[in-house]
Amino acid sequence: MIGIIRGKVYVVGNNIDTDVIIPARYLTTMDPKILAKHAMEDLDPEQYPAPFLNKDGTCDYQIVIAGSNFGCGSSREHAPIALRAAGVEAVVAASFARIYYRNSVNGGIILPLESTLDLTDAFKTGDEVEIDLRGSPVVQSYAKGQAYPIKPFGPVKDIIEAGGLTAYNKRRLNLVS
Amino acid sequence: MTGQTLTEKILAKASGKERVVPGETIDAKVDVLMMHDVTSTGAIKLLRKEFGNKIASGLKIVVVPDHYVPNKDIDSAKLYQELRGFVEEQKANGANIVDYMIEGGDYGVCHVMLPEKGHVIPGQVLVGGDSHTCTYGALGAFSTGVGTTEAGNVLAAGSLWFRVPESFKFEVSGKMPKNVMAKDLFLRVVGDIGVDGALYQAMEWSGDAIRNMSMEERMTLTNMAIEAGAKSGIIEPDETTALYLVRKNSSYPPSIVPGKLVGSSEIIKQFKAEGLYSDEYAQYVNVKRIDASGLEPLVAKPHLPSNVVPASELKDTQIHQAYIGSCTGGKYGDFVAAAEILKGQRVAKGVRLLVVPSTADVQRKLVREGLYDTFMDAGAVFSAPTCGACLGGYMGILAPGEVAISSTNRNFRGRMGSPESFVYLASPKTVAASAIAGHIMGAEK
Repeated sequence: MIGIIRGKVYVVGNNIDTDVIIPARYLTTMDPKILAKHAMEDLDPEQYPAPFLNKDGTCDYQIVIAGSNFGCGSSREHAPIALRAAGVEAVVAASFARIYYRNSVNGGIILPLESTLDLTDAFKTGDEVEIDLRGSPVVQSYAKGQAYPIKPFGPVKDIIEAGGLTAYNKRRLNLVS
Repeated sequence: MTGQTLTEKILAKASGKERVVPGETIDAKVDVLMMHDVTSTGAIKLLRKEFGNKIASGLKIVVVPDHYVPNKDIDSAKLYQELRGFVEEQKANGANIVDYMIEGGDYGVCHVMLPEKGHVIPGQVLVGGDSHTCTYGALGAFSTGVGTTEAGNVLAAGSLWFRVPESFKFEVSGKMPKNVMAKDLFLRVVGDIGVDGALYQAMEWSGDAIRNMSMEERMTLTNMAIEAGAKSGIIEPDETTALYLVRKNSSYPPSIVPGKLVGSSEIIKQFKAEGLYSDEYAQYVNVKRIDASGLEPLVAKPHLPSNVVPASELKDTQIHQAYIGSCTGGKYGDFVAAAEILKGQRVAKGVRLLVVPSTADVQRKLVREGLYDTFMDAGAVFSAPTCGACLGGYMGILAPGEVAISSTNRNFRGRMGSPESFVYLASPKTVAASAIAGHIMGAEK
C-alpha cells in the first residue's frame, strides 16, 4: 500500500463532510459496488461543476486533494469505502476529521495523507499527479517540478503496512480465528 | 511535575500506565461498546469471519438500534434482523450484552439510552459506532465514536489504540438568560472556534455555569463536541452526576451492594478517591472563558454548524418544518423547554412541527406529565422514538427548497433530505418560538 500512486486529482475545499461523501440514504448497505455509485453525490454542483462521477457511475479520479477537516461528521465507514470503491486510492488533505482518518487506516481502506501545506490552490481538478511515499513522502504534478511534502504516518504506519487494524491485531494480540 | 487532565487520568488507567501525555499512542482497555443498527452489522461479520466469533472477556456491549427503527424499509429491516440475531446468539454464548431491541417497547436513541439506563460510569472508557458517542463524557467518562472495523476489533480485543488528546478547557461563568440553553452555548463556541477548532482534542467544560447545569443540558455540550472536530467532551463528575447515577440505578460506585441505598455524598467521595478531576496544574492546549449571562438565542445557518448568527438576525427566514428530537435535542428537558414556549399557542399556518421523543421513557413521561397534550394542542405531529430525520433517515425528510429549523446537531448539505434543502440548527426553545412565528426567532427573555 505504501509506494507510488499516480492519477488524476479531484480538488475539494475545507470541511467536506461524510453526508456529502456518502449520504445517509445509502447507509442501509455496506456493499462497496453500490456505495461507489453514490460517492460525493451531494457535492454542491455550483461550487464543484466537474462531476465526481461520470454519468455511467464510473470515476476518473484516483486522488482527492482537500483542504482542512476532510471527512467531518458521522462515524460511517461507508465514506472511505465509497471513495475507494469508486477508484480513489488516496486523499491528500491539510487535515482530516479523526473518525474518517481512523476508519481509512483501521479499515485498511484508503490512504489518508496529510500535506504540510494546504494544496487546494496548488492543483486543480483533472491535473495528473504522482504521490511518492518512499523515503520522504511527497506529492507532485507530472508537469511541474514542485514537490509538496506529506507528513509521515507516525505510529499508524504499522497498521497501514499490516493492511488494517484487523490484520494488525490478529498478529499483535495473537487472536486467531 | 505538572498535573493531569481528567481525560489523561482515565486513559492512563485504561492503558495500565502511571500517566500519559498528549500525542502519545496507547492501547486502552474499553469498558463498554455501544452498537446500533447502521454501523454494527459489518462489525458482527468481522468478528465472525476474522476472530472466530469470540468476544473479549470483560467487555460490556450495549446494543441500541435507533437510526432506522421502527424499520423504515426492507434493507433497514434486514440490518435490524441481523442485529437481533447477534444479540440472541451472544446472549446464549454468555457474553455481557444488554440490548434495547424494540420488541417490548423499551428502546430509543442510543446516546440518551446509555446514560438513562445507567450504563455510563464515570472514569470508564466507552466507544460506540456513532460519532456522537462523545455524549457520555457529560458523566465524567472518556467516550468517543469509532467506525465499523474498529467496533469489530473492540469486540474481539476489548481494547483499542488511541492518540491521547490535548485538552481544550472551556470555563463558563455567570447565569444563563432564561431564553438560552446549552445548545446556544455550544453554538457560540463552535461559531467562534470553527468545526475543526478542537480537532483531535478533548473539550473539557468547567465553571459555575456548568456546575449549575442539569445533566441533560451537560449532555448537549458533550454530544456536540464532534461538531468542533473534538475526540471527546468531558465534565468533572460532581453532585449533579452523583444524583443522576443514583436515580438511574447505575452500578456505581463499583463497591455497591445490590439493594443497599447509597447516598450522593458517598458517591462524591468515590469520585475524589478515584481522582476523577483535572489536577490544578493540568496542562491545556487552549483555554476559553465565556460569560454565560451574555449569551442570546443563536442559530447555525446552512450548511455548517459553525455558521452561527443571533436568531434575531434571521427574522426574514420563513420555515416549512420545525423539528424537535435527536440525541442532541430530544431529551426530556428539551421537550419541557419547548413546551414552555408552546403552551396555549398554535404553530403558524404552513409550518409542520415534528416532535420525536428520543426514547420510549421520554415519550411515556411526556404523556404522563401532560406535555403530549401541549404539543398536540399546538398542532405538532408526533413520531415514535427514532434518529429519524436528524440524519435524513425518514420521518420528516425535506423536499428541495424547503427550510427547517431543528434542535439536532448537523446542517450539512442534504443532512435532513434533499441536497437543495436548508437546515438551521437551534435550541428547542428557539425551534418552538420559530414554529409559532413561522419564521426564525428566539424565545423571549
